[in-house]
Amino acid sequence: MAFDTSKRSSYFLITPMAAIFAIFLVIPLLTIVIVSFWDYDEYRILPDFILENYSYLLGSSVTWKIYLNTLKYAALTWVFTLLIGFTVAYFLAFHVRSLTWQIVLFMLCTIPFWTSNIIRMISWIPFLGRNGLLNSALINLGIVDQPLEFLLFSDFAVVLADVHLYTLFMVVPIFNSMMRIDRSLIEAARDAGASGFETLKSVIVPLSKPGIAIGSIFVITVVMGDFITVRLMSGGQSASVGLQISNEIGLLQYPAAAASAVVLLVTVLLIVTGLLRLVDIRKEL
Amino acid sequence: MTIETKTSKKNLLSETGISRRGFVKGAAAVTGAAIGSGAITGFPTIWAQNIKNVTLRQFGTGVSNINAVADKVKEDLGFTLQMTALDSDAVAQRAVTQPNSFDIADIEYWICKKVFPAGTMQPMDTTKLKNYDAISKLFITGKLTPDSEIAQGTAPHTVGFVEGADSVEFASAPTQWMTLIPTIYNADTLGIRPDLIDRPITSWADLLDPAFKGKASILNIPSIGIMDAAMVCEAMGEVTYGDKGNMTQEEIDKTIAVMIDAKKAGQFRAFWKSFDESVNLMASGEVVIQSMWSPAVAAVRSKGIACTYQPLKEGYRAWGGGIGLAKHLSGLELEAAYEYIDWYLSGWVGAYLNRQGYYSAAPATAKKFMSEDEWGFWMEGKAAQGDILSPEGKVMEKAGAVRDGGSYEERMGSVACWNSVMDENKHMVRKWNEFIAA
Repeated sequence: MAFDTSKRSSYFLITPMAAIFAIFLVIPLLTIVIVSFWDYDEYRILPDFILENYSYLLGSSVTWKIYLNTLKYAALTWVFTLLIGFTVAYFLAFHVRSLTWQIVLFMLCTIPFWTSNIIRMISWIPFLGRNGLLNSALINLGIVDQPLEFLLFSDFAVVLADVHLYTLFMVVPIFNSMMRIDRSLIEAARDAGASGFETLKSVIVPLSKPGIAIGSIFVITVVMGDFITVRLMSGGQSASVGLQISNEIGLLQYPAAAASAVVLLVTVLLIVTGLLRLVDIRKEL
Repeated sequence: MTIETKTSKKNLLSETGISRRGFVKGAAAVTGAAIGSGAITGFPTIWAQNIKNVTLRQFGTGVSNINAVADKVKEDLGFTLQMTALDSDAVAQRAVTQPNSFDIADIEYWICKKVFPAGTMQPMDTTKLKNYDAISKLFITGKLTPDSEIAQGTAPHTVGFVEGADSVEFASAPTQWMTLIPTIYNADTLGIRPDLIDRPITSWADLLDPAFKGKASILNIPSIGIMDAAMVCEAMGEVTYGDKGNMTQEEIDKTIAVMIDAKKAGQFRAFWKSFDESVNLMASGEVVIQSMWSPAVAAVRSKGIACTYQPLKEGYRAWGGGIGLAKHLSGLELEAAYEYIDWYLSGWVGAYLNRQGYYSAAPATAKKFMSEDEWGFWMEGKAAQGDILSPEGKVMEKAGAVRDGGSYEERMGSVACWNSVMDENKHMVRKWNEFIAA
């Protein structure tokens, strides 16, 4: 009897969460999956069961190119955000001794994030442009004679903006993991004769792994689904999966967009599953 | 001939008028009668009081969603007009998927071809519009003058009428039921930076001239971009088209192939999607030649930067928009909507649009609201006598300036193609995506 009551009360307790998940996640996702099999013309979506959306999507060389391109952006952004994020977190966690200063410097990292994403991105455009600040400065200093064209509306610009936008997503979880590392472990490593680099490699990096994994999941999922950075910073000259979906929605091709979204979701889930296999983040939460 | 058709239309009205009025209830019936009897000014008291409570929600592309218009509506007609500006794609989407979210749709004709058959809008009874006859013939018969040629693409008159009040079938000849009342239109061409280009630009083919490598741009709205691309390919002699507004798969493939080659060779600096982007690209000097819209050229010039809206020998790519009624409108709101549409054609807005460099759908009524100098500059291609001011009162052109492309007849008379939506739209969009991803 007592068992039943506790069972009932736990069902009762999970109901709100389950309801929220069902309404805001499961049902919309199912709808997307269902619509991805529908047919469409210029202005209508037609309930049907066709595989054409998927067969075109998976059979088209454009899709592969776009995925390759998106993965390239994701990989490059991941590498740079990880390097910068890890360094910043390491500095904050191990070099800054006082808690007050740690908090102050950490807040400093977050201040740029109080402004809009879009504004931080767009500010790069006048800076990097052909007649922009950077090119004018380089020409005035006599470093180059011709403005550097690759700075804006290029892959370089996209990755730069992504790194700028998302590094904090890496800093926060890694910093969090590092703060949990028992300082006596580092002392022990030093006592055992480990050099600074060996301590980093054998103690700090392994113990920061959950933070790295969480940061990586944030950065990769955001970049994989991004469309506005790619559109603005590449000057519309590059495509990403998110941009493709946004274009399809714009053209009322909802079933095609739904199919693209399902494929993207599967891809991202695979990446995340892979990451979770490498690192058990639960251990640290 | 014209008179005969008009009389028969009048008869038709008196027959259908009864059933329509049967549908309108209460105070609305009185107002309906007021409109019907042509009492446009000096409304009965009931009408004047009720209409103040009416709010019409209009949405459309930024070009004609002008707050000054809403203010003037409040002043002249007494009711409230709420405007929402969206991009062309979002407009089409909303008109189809959220039919109750708007009362008046301000859409382009090529969007109308996509949207109207979805059945979320209702056609307008032209006999209820006093200013119907003032509408430019371009929108009725497709011919600006009796001997002009009908341009390719979705020419407005081809989707301007439906067969009946409940029909979604486009009529091949003018009927009493109009899908959109034309409001605003223009002829588009390439914009250039004459200070950064040292040779005359005469043809669409110049967009892909290697001399402008890395300094050209094209707009990335597939249905419009493909037309600019087609104008370029045709001018280059690379592709010949049956109808640029309705290409075959083969024509699309060839066009995109030419564009992909150009992109791979580094011809383009960027592709733009919004008005502001095109202005910034041009003003910053990132781009010296690109597809452009007339007010974007004006915006660049207003920064003190030279920019020409270059007429080209192959002609213009034209576009036009209009306002139409949502299906759900009825009663007092419907009457207010008719009132608004008639007012739109009555000249004040027309003059406002003309001063922005667009064209009014009813030029004759707009003329009454413009000075002789303004009319000469904007519509007749004459040199400005004094400073030409924008509707907001900013100096747009100094005395002596002549409009790029000349007069209304010269510009709208040499339209090569209208913005359109093709039968092979799906294929076209896929190929366009290939171009963007290449």
